[in-house]
Amino acid sequence: MTVNVRNPLSILKSHLSAACATAALLLAAGGAQAADLNALIWCDHSDPALLQPFEEANNVKVNVKEFEGTGAGLAIVEQSQPGDWDVMVIDSIDVPRGVEKGLFEPLPEDKLPFADLFPEVKMDKSTVVDGKRYGITEKFGYNTIGFNKTKVDPADMQSLASLTSDKYKGKVAIYDYYLPVIGMAALAIGKKTADLTEADLPALKAELLKMKANAKLVGEVTASQTALATGEVDILVGGGEWVTAGLAKENPALDFSIPKEGAVLWSQSLAMFKDSKNKDMALKFIQYIMSPEGQARLATSSCYWGMPSNKKAALSDDQKKILRFDEQPGFLARAQAYPAPNADLDKKMQDMWTEMLQAQ
Amino acid sequence: MASAGNNSRALPWALVTPALAWTCAFFVLPFIAMGFSSLTAHEGGGFTLANYSQFFTDPSYWRAMVNSLEVTAIVTVISILLAYPFAWILAEMVPERWQRLALMLAVLPFWTSYVVRSYSWLLVLAQNGVINRALTGIGLIGEPLQLANTRFATVTGFVHFFVMLLTLTIFANLKQLSPSYRKAAADLGARPVRTFLHVVLPLTLPGIMVGAFLTFVLCIGDYVTPQILGGNNELLMPQLVMMQIGRRGDFPLASALSIILMAVVTIAYLACARWLKIERA
Repeated sequence: MTVNVRNPLSILKSHLSAACATAALLLAAGGAQAADLNALIWCDHSDPALLQPFEEANNVKVNVKEFEGTGAGLAIVEQSQPGDWDVMVIDSIDVPRGVEKGLFEPLPEDKLPFADLFPEVKMDKSTVVDGKRYGITEKFGYNTIGFNKTKVDPADMQSLASLTSDKYKGKVAIYDYYLPVIGMAALAIGKKTADLTEADLPALKAELLKMKANAKLVGEVTASQTALATGEVDILVGGGEWVTAGLAKENPALDFSIPKEGAVLWSQSLAMFKDSKNKDMALKFIQYIMSPEGQARLATSSCYWGMPSNKKAALSDDQKKILRFDEQPGFLARAQAYPAPNADLDKKMQDMWTEMLQAQ
Repeated sequence: MASAGNNSRALPWALVTPALAWTCAFFVLPFIAMGFSSLTAHEGGGFTLANYSQFFTDPSYWRAMVNSLEVTAIVTVISILLAYPFAWILAEMVPERWQRLALMLAVLPFWTSYVVRSYSWLLVLAQNGVINRALTGIGLIGEPLQLANTRFATVTGFVHFFVMLLTLTIFANLKQLSPSYRKAAADLGARPVRTFLHVVLPLTLPGIMVGAFLTFVLCIGDYVTPQILGGNNELLMPQLVMMQIGRRGDFPLASALSIILMAVVTIAYLACARWLKIERA
């Protein structure tokens, strides 16, 4: 049972939160001026190689604050003053969460290169709400199988069944993010990620436990990447080009596959805040990121590589080869969307993930 | 006279007010806010005890606390067993003029970032790491041992850091101990081992307990080391707290878990204080 309350403590709490968020913004901005652009971003956008050309061309300073996970990002926004932030990078499937909270401004479709995007990554189901587009996909890739092709049979990596086979026991790492790996478990048991319901949880849990039994570790981005790079494991469940592309020069043996059952498509979007005080510059920033030059720099960001959503991205032939640019139509045809559970199912999925982590 | 009396009562309050204000602003008020948050529902707000009941009814959540207590206990015990001889050697066997250098070396681990230190240990303990290469190189083992991404790795990372913390607190205690206690025990016929067990050890227990308590607090609340070295093969409480925040932004549940963690630390403190009366030390 829940009872709605609003007492002085809640007011105090919200004031404290606002003060903390303001302090965080000041730290992120480092004494920002009104003309500056304040961006809530993932780490790939903090690469100077990406930001500097825009800053120099527009005589603006882009103040960035990194966050991990939509929940953490939205919490920062909620604890900020309206107008503190101009643009945000967000999981495409989570754009509606920001729209529901009244945070985002519709984007002018005629001023953005939608015609140049890979059609499959426009993600209209998520980025368009009530007929208005609130997000534009800027980068995408696959949660799939990353592997060392000198240590495993590449043919085995064409099936998700190999992940639970005794042949690779103790050779596997699992990427520590419950949604995409649950999506992969769904593919392994023949379910569509878009159709998952609570009734599927027992079967998904059984599949996850089988994966865990084969795994040496469950690691976040850096840990799982390190494990694959150092030979601690030979296979990474949930890792794709964002793991192997960045390490390709040092270790060309690393590769990824889109198995016959498919892979889980991840995509990140850019959104503009409704209360932005600098909407013109915010739009310019989004246009820059979506331009062929911006897309190439974002795709090859030092933090992680990923496919640009703009087909005209100004990538070199080598970069395209590493990203397997030419194979994308085939990959996209076999990819399924990120699971997008409602709040209740999301909670149950996270609890299932916790159980999987604790399983011995 | 009355004015002088008022002044004498006001002065201590005036002196303590900045500290009280600081504590209120940066501990009491945030703690109250967190406590309030822990009693609200994630979806829709409103008062609820569900965040606490989830911890007590979900075995995987409860397991995280058990794991945290087990790891913390192991780390604390190993650190004490290693730190005491170190502190003894430093205080009793190293010449005074070298003690400052030795202490500086003991403090060095504190200068290193948690993240760097943990990743360094990961490289040492990995399948292709220093230890496994050495052991396979000399033919002691055929296959590399599973050292990284285990509880052993987490404990190793923690001990590396906390053994020095304990060494410092025990060293300070040993240096404060008057040599006359040992001379008196020897005069009364006690052998060195008996003197240590019945005189030195009891008198240095406060130092051990203070160091152990600091180790307990820092270890049970640490997120980085188990995340990097443990391989997420078992969850500890800080990791469970972080999980609630990442995608779902479930701050109420994260607050409830943090308050439970803080309650455990408080119980540990009260146990230490009651046993050794360290609050009066």
